[in-house]
Amino acid sequence: MKDEILMENKSIVVPGEVLAKGMSFLPGPGTYRRDDVIVAKKVGLATVDGKVIKLIALNGTYLPRVKDKIIARVIDVLMTGWRVDINCPYSAVLTMKDATNEFIPRGADLTKYYDLGDHMLCQVVNVTSQNLVDVSMKGPGLRKLKGGRFIKVSPYKVPRVIGKDGSMVSMIKKATGCDIIVGQNGVIWINGDPKAEVVAVKAIKKIDKEAHLSGLTDRIAKWLEEAK
Amino acid sequence: MADEHIVKALAADVRYDGRKKLEYRDVKVEYGVSKSAEGSARVSIGETVVMAGVKMELTTPYADRPNEGNIMVNAELLPLSSPRYEPGPPGEKATEIARVVDRGIRESKAIDTTKLCIAPGEKAWGVLIDVVSINDAGNLQDAAALAAIAALKNARLPQLSEHGQIDYDATKTDKPLPLEREPVEVTVYKIGEHYFIDPLCTEEDSADARLTIAVTEKDTICALQKGGVGPLTVEDIDHMIGIAQKHSKQLRKAL
Amino acid sequence: MTYHKRFDGRAFDEVRPMSAQVGIIPNADGSARFQIGDTVALCAVYGPRDLHPRFLQNPGTGILRVHYNMLPFSGHGDRVRPGGSRRSKEISMVMQNALLPALNLKAYPNTVVDVFVDLPQTDAGTRCAAITAAAMALADAGLEMTDLPCAIAAGRVEDKIVVDLNYEEDSFHDGCDIPVAILPNTGQVTLLQMDGEISRDMLKEAIGKAIEAGKKIYQVQKEAIKNSFAKGE
Repeated sequence: MKDEILMENKSIVVPGEVLAKGMSFLPGPGTYRRDDVIVAKKVGLATVDGKVIKLIALNGTYLPRVKDKIIARVIDVLMTGWRVDINCPYSAVLTMKDATNEFIPRGADLTKYYDLGDHMLCQVVNVTSQNLVDVSMKGPGLRKLKGGRFIKVSPYKVPRVIGKDGSMVSMIKKATGCDIIVGQNGVIWINGDPKAEVVAVKAIKKIDKEAHLSGLTDRIAKWLEEAK
Repeated sequence: MADEHIVKALAADVRYDGRKKLEYRDVKVEYGVSKSAEGSARVSIGETVVMAGVKMELTTPYADRPNEGNIMVNAELLPLSSPRYEPGPPGEKATEIARVVDRGIRESKAIDTTKLCIAPGEKAWGVLIDVVSINDAGNLQDAAALAAIAALKNARLPQLSEHGQIDYDATKTDKPLPLEREPVEVTVYKIGEHYFIDPLCTEEDSADARLTIAVTEKDTICALQKGGVGPLTVEDIDHMIGIAQKHSKQLRKAL
Repeated sequence: MTYHKRFDGRAFDEVRPMSAQVGIIPNADGSARFQIGDTVALCAVYGPRDLHPRFLQNPGTGILRVHYNMLPFSGHGDRVRPGGSRRSKEISMVMQNALLPALNLKAYPNTVVDVFVDLPQTDAGTRCAAITAAAMALADAGLEMTDLPCAIAAGRVEDKIVVDLNYEEDSFHDGCDIPVAILPNTGQVTLLQMDGEISRDMLKEAIGKAIEAGKKIYQVQKEAIKNSFAKGE
């Protein structure tokens, strides 16, 4: 039997779909080998990279990775820090030590630093096998986010919202005049003129919906031009 | 809690989805969406979707009203429709929605219950209306009331067998329910000094107060429900009723 | 007795008309609608998400919970009282077992994936329609799955094996109903139940026919998922 690829390159595939046949191909991320065939494990874009069959997932829950910059929300104030929601099944902990360079005296009222409902851009510093997560506020650009509104997109589409070297998000910022911060956990903060915010939100939702199509940057540029 | 950012946008008369303060999202009514029901409808207001179904039963009239049938409204906030809802018996919100829909229908005498009577003191139709949420993107109350009326409009009485029981194997009759009026409900929200209608979930969460107003074709008011902890002045109430009367027309047009 | 022609005129191995749509509930992490004949199943998936109470958590894997529910106005006959029944509890449980073999939740210890299926309109075959819808919704939620389960009933009416029984056939006095869930790639069976009476040979034939029909359902599921992605201009 001849080894062959059984799907179109860059096409949408579903779990269980046989992508290639033969031992000369290797299962990449999002795929597995069953006997002599390579099968998709998720809904996504299947691509052939030499001998490796890969799958780029398009939907799914955020799973934290160390160094991710994410947007978190305070959901509880603890004895020695804060519990924050990070848009995933696991909440994270921000300890006093990682929260600020200031010295926080024993017994201080922690809500003075971060209160319930406050949002911040923070960084994942530790993830255990059981997905216990620690975040930190120490790093360039990490800060509390005041005002503005928050929307969510699929965490798998965040790279497209950001664009190559931040080109996509810069384009939206420039066109709308809004401040925009994209968390790798799919939470996006937008702050600007109310009308401009509506345009920015629509542009981001459009990217979320069309992330798997080529020519995205040009399409969004054109759309933003028309929305003015 | 009032979200300052929402208030800032409202001050510019811009909602989070770009609408004005007194503007509904697209309202759509589809009839006959469940063949199993005697009448049914699906209402969508923007991304909010609810379904309503009418089932009929044979009952004995209440002793104090021997010449009348009766109606019942139930609402379920399906856990399918939002991560906020959990399986279990209807909570406060579902119960409130059901009761406010019920009052609008009952108090406007939308259904002539005397025409539901089959044999005085012995047998009458019971009209069972169930409203369920399919996707909660805000304003379930107005959507639920509209869906209930639409399902009633769509309903046809089932056949009775020789023994006077409902014959579900036979096709329904072409007899509609004695629907005399069509009340619709408009809920007006207040945050700070701003009034608005057809809220998104985030707007519901940060509103100070709301007033649901059931309005008849003649612009009379047949049910009220104030919600939220914020107090309203008499001027507030009068103003909100004016808004409801005006915007009830749009809902009615979708029927 | 001989069953010459099906009540609704279908061929003996013909399934009712099907339609499917994915992404119908914007609030959900994954969702789908599946219609077969006059049976309609709506499904929403939420999760993996935090699981409470804590004693239900499994530190080794995420867990799956299925909630099957007939809407109050969806039955043939009187209103279905809301709030669950012994029947809905059992169906939820067997659905869980039908879907779980295809699902890998190891990456999400201590969490839950909730699957809610609500049926607004029914005409037999509800658990099969529910499984078919749930599989699409789970895939739409981006979960890791080795296969896309689908389900269909086969059965006997008098002397004939039939596929995808409708209400009239299902409630016929001489026959049986056999819902089967299948992993379409391997042909393995993940749900099997039966009401009624049948010979061993006919049972084997019926299961074979269900697996055969499952392939058609799988095609509908696959297409619906692919169609849920916007097409380029």
